[in-house]
Order: sequence, then C-alpha cells, then structure tokens
Amino acid sequence: MVNPGDTAWVLISSALVLLMTPALAFFYAGMVRKKNVLSVLMQCFIIMCVLSIQWVLFGYSLSFAPSEGFWGGFKWFGLNGVGLAPYADYAGTIPHQAFMIYQAMFAIITPALIIGAFAERMKFSAFLLFTLLWATFVYDPLCHWVWGVGGWLRNLGALDFAGGTVVHINAGVAALVTALILGKRVNLDKNFPTPHNMPFVVLGTGLLWFGWFGFNAGSALAANGLAVNAFVVTNTSAAAAGLSWALIEWWRNGKPTIFGVCSGAVAGLVAITPAAGFVSVIPAIIIGLLVSVFSFIAVAVIKPKLGYDDSLDAFGVHCIGGIWGALATGLFASKAVNPNGADGLFFGNPKQLLVQLLAVLVTLVYTFTITFIIYKLVDLVIGVRVGEKEELMGLDLTQHHERAYTVLE
Amino acid sequence: MKLIIAIIQPDKLEEVKDELYKAEVNLITASEVLGHGRQKGITEIYRGAKETGNLLRKIRLEIAVNENFVEPTIKAIIKGAKTGEIGDGKIFVLDLPQCIRIRTGETGGVAIG
Repeated sequence: MVNPGDTAWVLISSALVLLMTPALAFFYAGMVRKKNVLSVLMQCFIIMCVLSIQWVLFGYSLSFAPSEGFWGGFKWFGLNGVGLAPYADYAGTIPHQAFMIYQAMFAIITPALIIGAFAERMKFSAFLLFTLLWATFVYDPLCHWVWGVGGWLRNLGALDFAGGTVVHINAGVAALVTALILGKRVNLDKNFPTPHNMPFVVLGTGLLWFGWFGFNAGSALAANGLAVNAFVVTNTSAAAAGLSWALIEWWRNGKPTIFGVCSGAVAGLVAITPAAGFVSVIPAIIIGLLVSVFSFIAVAVIKPKLGYDDSLDAFGVHCIGGIWGALATGLFASKAVNPNGADGLFFGNPKQLLVQLLAVLVTLVYTFTITFIIYKLVDLVIGVRVGEKEELMGLDLTQHHERAYTVLE
Repeated sequence: MKLIIAIIQPDKLEEVKDELYKAEVNLITASEVLGHGRQKGITEIYRGAKETGNLLRKIRLEIAVNENFVEPTIKAIIKGAKTGEIGDGKIFVLDLPQCIRIRTGETGGVAIG
C-alpha cells in the first residue's frame, strides 16, 4: 500500500540529497585556488548528469535487483519492472520508483566525494571515464552487498543505516588510492595552496548539513519515529563534532577557525550516517565529539607525515569518519531505538562489532583494489594527470576555457 | 635609489619571495595583474562565443632599494622566476628620486630599508 506521507517524505528527502552534490561542489570549490574553482564545480555537476543516466539505465539494476551473486545483474535495465507499486523488500509503503530515485542521489554524491583527493590536477576526460567505471564496478557491487536483496553483507547482519560503508568509507578509500598514485600537486612544498574562498566552504557546509537530513532521516524510508530519531541524532552529532574540532584547534593552534568548525561538522555528519537509525542521542554526542579527534589526527598529523596529497581531505574526513561511524554503530546500536536493527557491544552483543569490522575491512580491501585497477586502466587509455604547464595555469582555463573571476571588467 | 618592478608568473611568487629573503630584501609589494607579452592568452569560450587573446594572470612586484641592493635584487628575482619558457616575465629598473617613511618623516636612503 502506498502511503502518501511516506512517499512525500522520501521525495523531499531525494531532493535534499540531490542538493548535497552542489553543496559539496561549493564546499570543495572554496578550498581550491581560484584558477581551479570551475573545474571542481564542473566535476560535481557533470556527475549529476552522467550518473543520473547511468542509474536509470543499469546502475539501479546492478545495485538493487535481486542478487545474482556478485551484483544484481541487468534484470531491471532501463527500470524495466521498476514501477509505481511498492517493492516490499526495500520499502513497503512508497512506490518502487521513489526508492529508486532516492538511491540515485546516493549513487551521485558518492563518486563526487572522491574529487577532493585529486582536485586541481586531473584531466577532465580521464575524470569522466574514471567516474563512470568506478560507479559501475565499485559503487554498484558494494551497494548491492550491503543493501541489495541477497547481498552477502546484508545477510551477515552488517548495519549501515544511511551509507557509512557504501558511501563514505568507499569514497574515502578511493580518494586515498587516487591521491597516492596521482602524486602531489606541482610546487606543493614551495607554495602551499590556501583556500581561495572560505565563505564558499561555509555555504557548502551549511547546505550539506541541511541536505544530510534527507540523507539520514530519509533513510527510514517512511515519515515515522525512526526518521525523527535519525534527524535528531544527525543534528546532534554534527553539532558535537563541529564544536569539538574548534576546541581541538583552539587548544593546539591557539585560535579556532571557521574552516575547522566546517570540517568538524562534516566529519560529524559522516560518522553518524551508519548509526543514525540505530543509536540514541547520548551516543550521538560521543560519536560527534570523537570523530573530530580522529579526523583531525588524520588530516593534521598523519597526512603531512606520510606525505600524500589528498588535496581537500576526502580520505581524512570521509574514510576515517566513516570507519569510526561504522564501528561506533557496533558499539552503541540498540534495539530499543530500532527493533529491526541489532544491539551493539555496549548493549550486550559483542558480535555486532565484529560484523561491523568485517564490513569495513571488506570495503577497504575491495575498493582499494578495484579503484587501483580502474585508475591504471584510465591512465593507460587517456592519461590521468594534466601536463605541468596546464596544472600551473589552472584547470579552469586549460580544461574548460573558462575562468571564474575577472580582474578587469 | 631605484624602484624595481617585476612581472612574474603567479606560481613563482613564493620562490621569488624566498630568494629575496635570502638576499635580505624584505620589503616588497605584490599585486595581481593581467597581461601578456609574446605569450598568447588562452581562448575562452562562453556559451559558444569565443574570446581570443585574453590576458593571463601575472604578479607584479614593486621593490624600492638602495643602489647596493639593485643587483642582488635582480639576481634573486631571476633565480626565483626563471623557467626558460616564454612567459617568465620582465624586470624594469626605474630611478627613484625620493622616498619618505610616513611614520617618521625620514627621507631618502634610510627611509627605504
């Protein structure tokens, strides 16, 4: 039976999650130098175009059609059989297509997150091919394993409410792989790039926070108490993490920064994502407070020490935040919050933590390997990195023949 | 006293600054400007409308020095900014008749340093 309230909420949530991709675009665009603003905005925007088509043609089928082992196969190619009646295995009270379009928005934003790692130095054509292959051979199978009917991680009982594993750890590891192979930006040691427009970062963060209510509370797939729980803990965790990052900076660097609060808020949103439908508000505060500690260590201590150039910290925020969130779900999950979930370690079920750990490890290994192969393939066919001269001149002019700002009228 | 004006590539600013510090030239003014010499600008396209020969971003440095610092300053700028490619930039050296420090009213050579 289609429920009007549930359907309305899922459609609104779909629109909210879609907005997160342009929000991410501004979040990232503010961090790059002004010669590369448009390239980042363009990459995020073209993903909305390309993956929207990929998803309705075959992405949704690969991810969510009943399992054929590795993935769902092509049974639902072109949305064949995906109609307006509910499909009870996913959501019994909304049209199947509402579930499909909601999931489309997740498929769009996940590869967009990776952009943070290779920003300012990737060829646009290579980026397009990489993204399409990555969505098809990394996102779609993993999404199937965790959320699809017959997916093996789902059958094992791994909890991932709104995509900590599928979205954040997944994109975060891919980010690390690309940053490692692609190498540092030219002149990075001599000329450390500072964010060119901090207000863009703040605008992007604000819109991400807003859109994340659709991401997490929408994952209840109904306008019900569970959605409210997810909404409340999402807001709480983001708040705790933003505050905690600012305090860490204050203590360590002497001054809190708006960039820090924004980074923390996003990390808090990432960390609560897998847990949002399984934990209550006090664990949400703990999850938020601690994620900033872990992510801060990753971006401010480990990254400089290891020397990889994850330009905009896609790994440090999304992968580290995602892993913490997935494990925290195994610690704090409670059947009192969601009877269809499971109890975590602190509620007497240590096994859940192991299942969560397994899902994390599987994601790390699978994504690392396949992303590496896809990268090498694209490098062979097109060449991934732009020439040094193009990089110095900026991707806006060299990849798109446009510039973001004029100096003279 | 001379006023040295240099037009350099934007990504060379840090290296030029480093070289200038090494030469103990610490007082510089930098601004962002547009220009091109023999190097042609990139054609930009907006909704199909081409704009050819557009100006490229450059950095303009202004450095006022006493005579004994003229050569070291020029050497430092060249060392930091040279790649050997077209577009590395130019250095102009101008006579500077007067210099006044606003805070103290000092004039001439002492006011520069």
